[in-house]
Amino acid sequence: MDLSTKYLGMTLRTPLVPSASPLSEEIDNIKRMEDAGAAAVILHSLFEEQLRLERYELHHHLTHHINSFAEALTFFPEPTEFHVGPESYLYHIQKAKEAVSIPIIASLNGTSVGGWIDYSKRIERAGADALELNIYYIPADIEMTSEQVEQTYVEILKAVKSEVKIPVALKLSPFFNNIAYMAKRLDDAGANALVLFNRFYQPDIDLETLEVRPNIILSTPQALRLPLRWIAILYGRVKADLAATSGVHTARDVIKMLMVGANITMLCSVLLRHGIEHIRIIEQGVRNWMEEHEYESVQQMQGSMSQKNCEDPSAFERSQYMRGLLTYKPKA
Amino acid sequence: MRNRIFATIDGNEAVASVAYRLNEVIAIYPITPASPMGEWSDSWSSEGRPNIWGTVPLVVEMQSEAGAAGTVHGALQTGSLATTFTASQGLLLMIPNMYKIAGELTSTVFHVAARTVATHALSIFCDHSDVMATRATGFALLCSASVQEAMDFALIAQASSLESRIPFLHFFDGFRTSHEISKVELLPDDDLHTMIDEDLVLAHRARALSPDRPVLRGTTQNPDIFFQSRERANPYYIDCPNITQRAMDKFAKLFGRAYRLFQYHGAPDAEHVIVLMGSGAEVVHETVDHLNNRGEKVGLVKVRLYRPFDTKRFIEALPSTTQAIAVLDRTKEPGSSGEPLYLDSVTAIHEGIIGGWGKIKIIPKIIGGRYGLSSKEFTPAMVKAIFDLLSIEKPKNHFTVGIHDDLTHTSITYDPKFSTEPDDVFRALFYGLGSDGTVGANKNSIKIIGKNTDYHIQGYFVYDSRKAGAVTISHLRFGTRPIRSAYLIDRANLLGCHQPIFLERYDMLKHILPGGTLLLNTPYGQEEIWEHLPLSVQKQIIEKKIKFYVIDAYKVARRSGLGGRINIVMQVCFFAISQILPKDRSIEEIRRFLYETYGKQGEEIVHMNLQAINNTLAHLFEVKIPDRADSPIEIPPPVPEEAPLFVREVLGKMIASQGDELPVSALPPDGTYPTGTTKWEKLNLALEIPVWEPEICIQCGKCIIVCPHAVIRIKTYDPKYLEGAPDKFKSSYARDEVWKGLKYTIQVAPEDCTECGICVDVCPARSKSETRIKALNMHPQPPLREEERKNWDFFLTIPETDRIHLHQASVRHQQVQQPLFEFSSACAGCGETPYIKLLSQLFGDRLIVANSTGCSSIYGGNLPTTPWTTNAEGRGPAWSNSLFEDNAEFGLGFRLSIDKQREFATHLLKKVSLVIGENLAHAILNAEQKDEAGIYEQRKRVEALKKWLQDVESQDARRLLSIADMLVKKSVWIIGGDGWAYDIGFGGLDHVLASGYNINILVLDTEVYSNTGGQMSKATPRAAVAKFASAGKPAPKKDLGLIAMTYGNVYVASVAMGAKDEHTIRAFLEAEAYEGPSLIIAYSHCIAHGINMTTAMRNQKAAVDSGQWLLYRFNPERAKQGENPLHLDSPAPKIPVQQYLYMENRFKMLLKTRPIEAKRLFKEAQQDVNSRWSLYEYLAARKSEIEKRNKSSG
Repeated sequence: MDLSTKYLGMTLRTPLVPSASPLSEEIDNIKRMEDAGAAAVILHSLFEEQLRLERYELHHHLTHHINSFAEALTFFPEPTEFHVGPESYLYHIQKAKEAVSIPIIASLNGTSVGGWIDYSKRIERAGADALELNIYYIPADIEMTSEQVEQTYVEILKAVKSEVKIPVALKLSPFFNNIAYMAKRLDDAGANALVLFNRFYQPDIDLETLEVRPNIILSTPQALRLPLRWIAILYGRVKADLAATSGVHTARDVIKMLMVGANITMLCSVLLRHGIEHIRIIEQGVRNWMEEHEYESVQQMQGSMSQKNCEDPSAFERSQYMRGLLTYKPKA
Repeated sequence: MRNRIFATIDGNEAVASVAYRLNEVIAIYPITPASPMGEWSDSWSSEGRPNIWGTVPLVVEMQSEAGAAGTVHGALQTGSLATTFTASQGLLLMIPNMYKIAGELTSTVFHVAARTVATHALSIFCDHSDVMATRATGFALLCSASVQEAMDFALIAQASSLESRIPFLHFFDGFRTSHEISKVELLPDDDLHTMIDEDLVLAHRARALSPDRPVLRGTTQNPDIFFQSRERANPYYIDCPNITQRAMDKFAKLFGRAYRLFQYHGAPDAEHVIVLMGSGAEVVHETVDHLNNRGEKVGLVKVRLYRPFDTKRFIEALPSTTQAIAVLDRTKEPGSSGEPLYLDSVTAIHEGIIGGWGKIKIIPKIIGGRYGLSSKEFTPAMVKAIFDLLSIEKPKNHFTVGIHDDLTHTSITYDPKFSTEPDDVFRALFYGLGSDGTVGANKNSIKIIGKNTDYHIQGYFVYDSRKAGAVTISHLRFGTRPIRSAYLIDRANLLGCHQPIFLERYDMLKHILPGGTLLLNTPYGQEEIWEHLPLSVQKQIIEKKIKFYVIDAYKVARRSGLGGRINIVMQVCFFAISQILPKDRSIEEIRRFLYETYGKQGEEIVHMNLQAINNTLAHLFEVKIPDRADSPIEIPPPVPEEAPLFVREVLGKMIASQGDELPVSALPPDGTYPTGTTKWEKLNLALEIPVWEPEICIQCGKCIIVCPHAVIRIKTYDPKYLEGAPDKFKSSYARDEVWKGLKYTIQVAPEDCTECGICVDVCPARSKSETRIKALNMHPQPPLREEERKNWDFFLTIPETDRIHLHQASVRHQQVQQPLFEFSSACAGCGETPYIKLLSQLFGDRLIVANSTGCSSIYGGNLPTTPWTTNAEGRGPAWSNSLFEDNAEFGLGFRLSIDKQREFATHLLKKVSLVIGENLAHAILNAEQKDEAGIYEQRKRVEALKKWLQDVESQDARRLLSIADMLVKKSVWIIGGDGWAYDIGFGGLDHVLASGYNINILVLDTEVYSNTGGQMSKATPRAAVAKFASAGKPAPKKDLGLIAMTYGNVYVASVAMGAKDEHTIRAFLEAEAYEGPSLIIAYSHCIAHGINMTTAMRNQKAAVDSGQWLLYRFNPERAKQGENPLHLDSPAPKIPVQQYLYMENRFKMLLKTRPIEAKRLFKEAQQDVNSRWSLYEYLAARKSEIEKRNKSSG
C-alpha cells in the first residue's frame, strides 16, 4: 500500500503532517513526530510583530527607572548581546534539520514587506525545506476595500517568491468574498501550495470580569467541513498543491480530505488532545480503511470526490446549505 | 612615545577595570556606593574577559560582607589573587577577617568607596568614618583623590601589597569619586604586567596552604609568645612605605604621573599648609593655586599612604617655612582628643622635630578640623576660610567647616561668594526627573565631549532619595585645564530645567551666571511661556540678562515614539545651545552613541531616537525677554502654615533644598524625629488621579487595600457629618448590612497620589452600559486638584469608622481602618507598601517595628518626611532601623524589653493594688486582649490606673506609671526584604524564630536586592536574570517557609495580596494572634522585575495560578487541636509556569540573551513548581499524629 503523496515538490511518506503549533517549539517533540510517522513538520510561526513588540518591551524595561536612585542606577545586568531578531527561530530550524530526516517547513507571519522578505531569506538560509506564509491579518479598517485586502496577500506572496528559491505555501483564511478567485490569484502569483484554512484567534468575553479575553479553542471535527468544501472546489482548478487544515481528527477525516483533493492533511488539535503518538493511530486507521476498501494508494483517491470528479458537483455549492437546513429536524 | 588611551568613565569602573585584571577570585556583597565595582566585574566575567594572565576571574556574590571577606581570606590562603569591593557597614563587617589577613601577612587589595557609617541615622554618602574604623587592622590604607588616581592607585596598591606582604585597603570618596565621570588614561595590560612582579605572584602562591606541602596557620597562642609574634611583623610595616613609594616611582616612569606618599603642592615657601586626603585634596589644590596666583604663600599635603604612617616622610613633605598647619579629617570621633589624621600629624610633627627630620625647626601651630561628613559640600570658599583661620594668632582648634554650629560653636565662617571657578571651564546644570532620562543623556553628552575634544571633563550626578518622582541634578564641567572642582556647580553657564514644575519648587536660577542660558522643557511656546513663569524667575531672568530657550520636549518625544523619555531631545538642545561641537558633528556623535547604546536592542529602538533628533531643533525656540517682571505666580512655601513648628522650620527647609542652612541646634541630638510628616509634603506627582463613580462602585474595598501610598481611602459615617461638605464631595449609602443607614465615601488624596493606577486595574466593577468605565477611572489631575484637595481635607475631618464592630477578615470591612503608614516615598506601584499599610491598619495603634535596612527603611525613614503616622488619639507605630543584618535580633530585643517591662508592671501593680483598688488591678491583670474590643477595654483600665497613680506618692507608683502602658498588648513586628531574611540576616532570623518568643516577622519578598539595584539573593527564583545571575539563576529559590515550619512551633504564612487579598489579611491576623514566633513571607512585585507596575497585581495572581508562589498558612495552634497545622490555600497550579515567566522581563530577558539556557531553565522552573507542589500537597494532606492517635483510640 502506497501512502506517499506529493507536496511542495517533495515526496512525503504519508499525507500526515503536524501543522504549525506550539508542539514544534521543542526539538524533542519534532523527533517524536518523526518517530510517530509524521511525513513532514510545519514549525510554529515566527511572528515579526511579536519580535518587534518584544524589542520595545525589552528596551522599556531596560531603560525604565534607571539613573534615578543613587543606590540603584540600573536593575538588570547589561549583556553584550541581545537576540532580539529571529535568531532563535533560525537556530531552531537548524536544530530540527539536524534532529530529523523528514522535511521541515518553516512558518512566517510578517507585518511589513521588508520583514516578510528579510525573514523568508533568513529562513531559507537556515535550511528550511519550504516556507509557509501564515498571513494572519484582520482587516478592521472600515475604509479598506476588499480589493486592497486581497492585493496585500498577493503582494506579500510575490515579494517572498521573488527572493527565495524554496517552495512557498500560503495559509489562507476563509474570509474572502470569493475564495476561489482569491486562490486563483495566489496561484497565478506563484504559490506552490495553499493551506486551507487558517483558524484566527477569536476573542471571547469573560462574563464575570466583563473583559475581552483570548481564548484558544481547539478545533472540532465539524471544522472539517469548511476546508473540505473549498479543497473540493479548487482541486484541479489551481496548480498549487492543497493542504487541509482544521478539524482533521481521525483517519476518516484524512481520507475525506484526500478524496476532495488535499495533497496533505495537517494535524494540530488532535495531537494537542491525544498526544503526538496519535499520528501512528491515524496512519493505521488510514491503512485499515484503504485495505478494507481495497485502495492501493493515496494518489488513487486524491481528488476522487472533488467537485470536478464527484457525481454531484452542485453538492459543494451554496444550495446544499439550504437543503441541509430544510432537512434538519430538532430532537423531539 | 607611548600611545596613550583615554576613556570617559567613573571611579568605580576605573578601579574595577584594574582590580579585575589583577585578580582571580572576587567575592563581593552589594553595598552603595561600591556595588558597581562588583557588577562590572561580574559583567566582564560573564563575558569571559580574561585577567592579565589569561584566565577569567571567578566572581561570587556572598550573603554578606563578612562572608565576602571570609571567602577572600580563604582564596588568599590557598594561593589565589583575590579581592573585594565594599563600603561603610560592609567594611565594618570585614574587620575581623582583615585582622586575620593582615596578621598572616597576606597580599591583597580591598577597594573601598568610602561611605558614612550609620550612627544616629543611615547615610549612603561619603566620609571616611568607615575607613578610619579599620586603621587598627594592620591593613595599609592608601587614598586616592580623583578618578584617575583611583585607577592608578588600584595598580600601585596591588604591586605594593605583593611586595610588602601587607594587605592594602585602597579607598576613594564614595559618589564624589566612585560615581564621578572623568576622562582618564587607561592602564593597558602590558603596563600592568610591568608593574606586577611575576616572582612576587609566585611567592604568594608558594605561601598557599596545600596538602602537597602542608603547613598550619591560625594557631591559638598563649601569653608566652603572642606579644612577640605581633612584634615579629614590624619589619614588614617598616618596609611598606618604601615599597609603596618605589611602586609609585616605577608607575611615574611608565605613565608620567608622579605620586608621593605625602605629596606637597603649593608655594615652596608656604607658611600655611593644609593636610588632608581624598577628593577634598583636589579642592584644596585648586584653591592653593588660585591663592598663590594672587600672591599668597600657601600649600597642601595630600596624604596618599595613611597606614603605615611614615612619620619621617610626612614631616619631610612640609616646607621649612611652615608656620601653621590645618589637618582636615572627613570623619568624626566623638569624645576623642582629635580626629585620626590630626592626631597622627601632631604626633609626627612632635616626633619629627625631636628626631631632627625634615626642614621644620620650630613646632608650627597645628589645628584639626572636620569637613564633608556625609558628602557635605567642601568648596574653595571653605578652604579659603581655613587658610584665613591659620593666619590668626590663636586659631580655633577642632573646628568644623561647611556647617553652622550654633551650639558648641565649632564652625568657622566662610564667604560663599568666594570662587575659584575659572572662566574657561564651561559649567552646565540640569534638573530632571529620574524617569525622564536626564542623567542618562548627560552621561552620554559628557562622554561625547570627552571622546571628541581635548577637553578635560567632569560629570557628577545628584540623585534623590525618594523613589517616586525622584529628582536628579546633573553637574557637567568641561574645559582645557584639568578639573579639580570636586564640588557642585553653583555658577552655571547653562541651566537645563527638564520639568517645568521645578521652577516653582526650587530656586534654581540662583545658580546661573549673569548672561548665562536657561533651557526649559515646557508645553508653552516662546510667546506664552513668560506669563507662566513665577515672579522670582522672571525677575532673575531680567536681572541676570539670561538667554532663555524653550522646547516642548514631551511633544517631540511622544511624536517620535519615546513616550515620556525626553533625554535625547534635551541632549540635542544642549549641544545646539552650547555649541561645544559643531552642530552636525554633535548630532552625528549622538547618532553614533545611539547605535552603540541601543543598536543591540534593535533597529526600531535606534530609529525612534533618531526620529527625536530630527524633530528637535525645529521645536527649540529662543524667548524674547520682556522688560518687566509682572507674574502673579509666587513660589509657594514648602509646607503649609498650619504645619507644626518643627515641620515648618526644619523639615520645610529640607523640603525646599535648604537643609544645608539649618544650624546644628535645629536638629535633634539623637536622631529622634516626629512621625506623620509626609502629609505636609505635597509632591503633586500625578498627572492623572483616580476618580470614584459611586453609582458603579460595589464597595468591595479592593482599590484601597492595593494602594501603595494610602492615597485612596474609605470612610463610613453618619449622614450628619456631610453637613458643610464641599459641593463636589461624593458619597453614597453603604451597601453592607452592618452599616445600614450610614454614608460611604471613597476619597483620593490628589496631591499625594503617584498615578500608579493599580486601584483602577484591580477595580472589578464596571458600568453596565459602557464596560470600559469602572468604579474608578483615571482623569487628569490639574483640573481636579483644587476641588479634590478640598474634598480630601473635608474627608479627613469625618470621624473614623468604629473599629470594634468590623469583620477584620473581610476586605470590604477591614479596609475602612485608618492606615498609619501613608504617602511614603516608595516607587509608584510598590509591591511592598500595601502589606506595610495593612499592618498599620490592623495593629498600628499598638505596633512597634524593627525595620531592616533596604527599600522599606528608605521609604519608611528617609528624611525630610516620613510615612509612619498616628491616629486621632495620637497612637501609632513606633519605628526604628538598626542595621541590615541584625534586624531580627533588634526586634527580639523589643519583645524582651516589652515583656520584661510588662512583667515588672504586673509585679508593681500587684504591690499597689490595695491603693488603687483590687477590682481594677484584677481586671487589668486578667484582661483578655484577644481582639480590638478587649484591647480597647484594657486601654481604658490602664488610663484609669495611670490617673490613680499620678496621685499616689510612692516609688512603686512612680515606677509603675512609667511602664503602665506595657500592660496593654504590644505588637512587635520585624520587617525587612529578602536580602535580609534569606541572606545577610538569616542567621539571626533563624535564631529568633527558634527563640519561641512572641514576635512577628514580615518578609517583603521581591526576590532580589531591590534597593541596591537588582542583585541576586537566595530568594531569587530559578531562571530569573539578576545582577550576579546574568545567565539566569541556576538554582531554585530557597524555601524559607519550609525551613521555618520544621521548628513546628513557628506560625508560617506565604501570601500574595494580588492573588487572594483576604488570605493575606487572615495570615496577618493569625500571625499576630499566635503567641509565639510568626513568619509571613509576602510576594512583593518590584520595579526590579521589569513589569508593568500598574497591572502588577495580575503578576501576583499569575505567580500563584502557576504554582510559582504558593499560598499557605502553617499554624501550630491547629496542631494543638489535633489537626494538620499546614493549610495549603493555593489551588492546584492551573497555568504553566512559563505563562507567568513571560510576564516579567527578569525571566523573559533570558530568552533574548541566552535562549538555549532560557528554555532549559524555564523547564527546570516548571519542575521546581511540580515537585514543590507535590511536597506541599502531601504535607497538607497528611493527617497529624494526634489526629491519627485520636482515630485509633476512638
